[in-house]
Amino acid sequence: MSARSKIYPSFAEAVRDIPDGATIGFGGFAVVGMPINLYGAVAAQGAKDLTCVSNSTRGGATLPPGAPDMGQMIQNGQVTKVICAFTAPTRASQQLILSEYVAKGLIEAELVPQGTLAERMRAAGAGIPAFYTPAAVGTELAEGRETRVFKGREYLLEHALPLDYAMIRAYQADAAGNLRFRRSQRNFNPVMATAARITIVEVEEEILPVGAIDPDDVHAAGIFVHRIVKIPPPPEGWWPQPPASA
Amino acid sequence: MSERAKGLSRQQMCDRLAMEFGDGWIVNLGIGIPTLCSNFDFGDKEIIFHSENGVIGYGPLAAAGKEDLHLVNAGGQHVTLRPGAAIVHHADSFAIIRSGRIDVTVLGAYEVAENGDFANWKMAGQQGGGIGGAMDLAACARHVFVAMEHHTRSGAPRLVERCTIPATARGVVDLVITNFGLFAITPRGLELKEIAPGVTVDEISAATGCNLIVPAPIPPVRTRSGA
Repeated sequence: MSARSKIYPSFAEAVRDIPDGATIGFGGFAVVGMPINLYGAVAAQGAKDLTCVSNSTRGGATLPPGAPDMGQMIQNGQVTKVICAFTAPTRASQQLILSEYVAKGLIEAELVPQGTLAERMRAAGAGIPAFYTPAAVGTELAEGRETRVFKGREYLLEHALPLDYAMIRAYQADAAGNLRFRRSQRNFNPVMATAARITIVEVEEEILPVGAIDPDDVHAAGIFVHRIVKIPPPPEGWWPQPPASA
Repeated sequence: MSERAKGLSRQQMCDRLAMEFGDGWIVNLGIGIPTLCSNFDFGDKEIIFHSENGVIGYGPLAAAGKEDLHLVNAGGQHVTLRPGAAIVHHADSFAIIRSGRIDVTVLGAYEVAENGDFANWKMAGQQGGGIGGAMDLAACARHVFVAMEHHTRSGAPRLVERCTIPATARGVVDLVITNFGLFAITPRGLELKEIAPGVTVDEISAATGCNLIVPAPIPPVRTRSGA
């Protein structure tokens, strides 16, 4: 394996080949493990007609002001569909860039329960075309869709969600693409890596030589990882900021 | 809250639900009011808090200035880890939920119906919604408890005959705490189990949108000191 070829010198080069119409997963949960720099790179690259998969379309309290998120890509007119566990504000006071584009019919928003979203990508990465889950049975989301009863309980059919690209953030990587995450940074990230044809990773620590991560400590194996970029220190690279003291 | 609602405080509401947690239970707290359940003093009971983003065994909120930027709970709050904590990825976290390993989830809600349906992902008239992990949790946890204010700001009841906004799950709620009291969903309907201090049964009935079963006498809501 040519490990060296996985290390890219810039985010721009790592995302250069994304074509119009691609399906892209963005990892992260409440800014932790969110690929902030890759959001910015895809926004700058300009690919259009994208389907974007993510837990939500916004960052959170620790996202620095002006940092890119999916909202920027939406405002650029790059996104035609989102698949998320949140497609509307959760508080009356909250604003979501997505909302006005959905209201105008410019973006289709597919709302998926969070566990179903994760499992659809896990299934895609595991060669499973579809599965049944009890989540959303009896709700608006299940209307007109196939359900089946197993041992007296009703389940909803859900299909695998394969990705063309996964954009994720990791704590450590070696040159072979083996990844380690720190604390709740893991979230969707290793799952999206398995579901994608090409996984691109922004890495917080200096990229380690092959073999520097003990095989027992690898959270995502390098075979799921294709391109890695070291995040530069601020202001060139985007990093979460400490929460404002209340 | 600047304008304190009548009856129980939010912390008292969550303390009362937390008293129902059994020793060794794995507990998942929704965002909003339910997060206050983790402030309860569980004494000798061992409670394991599970967060949908794959954190098992988290502890109190991190002190200001001591936050670990790699570690949040489901609500994005910076928490700490207790000894024995473990981290899993999102698919494994929901495997824990879907396989029935969560003993109780405590969720917020806009409405709970007397048949155990509840709604918490889509406000009236809204396009899209915010489901998060609520549908997975509600469908799969062994118990579903709800913590919410008894009525909306405009005075409309949240305890209703049938949900008027899209449901999160059907027939799953066991127990509801509001600032007015503790309520159980029973095969006969909604039953008042304990009443908040300073609130009358008539006031509760007037602010409730379904038939209310009221046993006599009705005990007061147990508080932390009386646990």
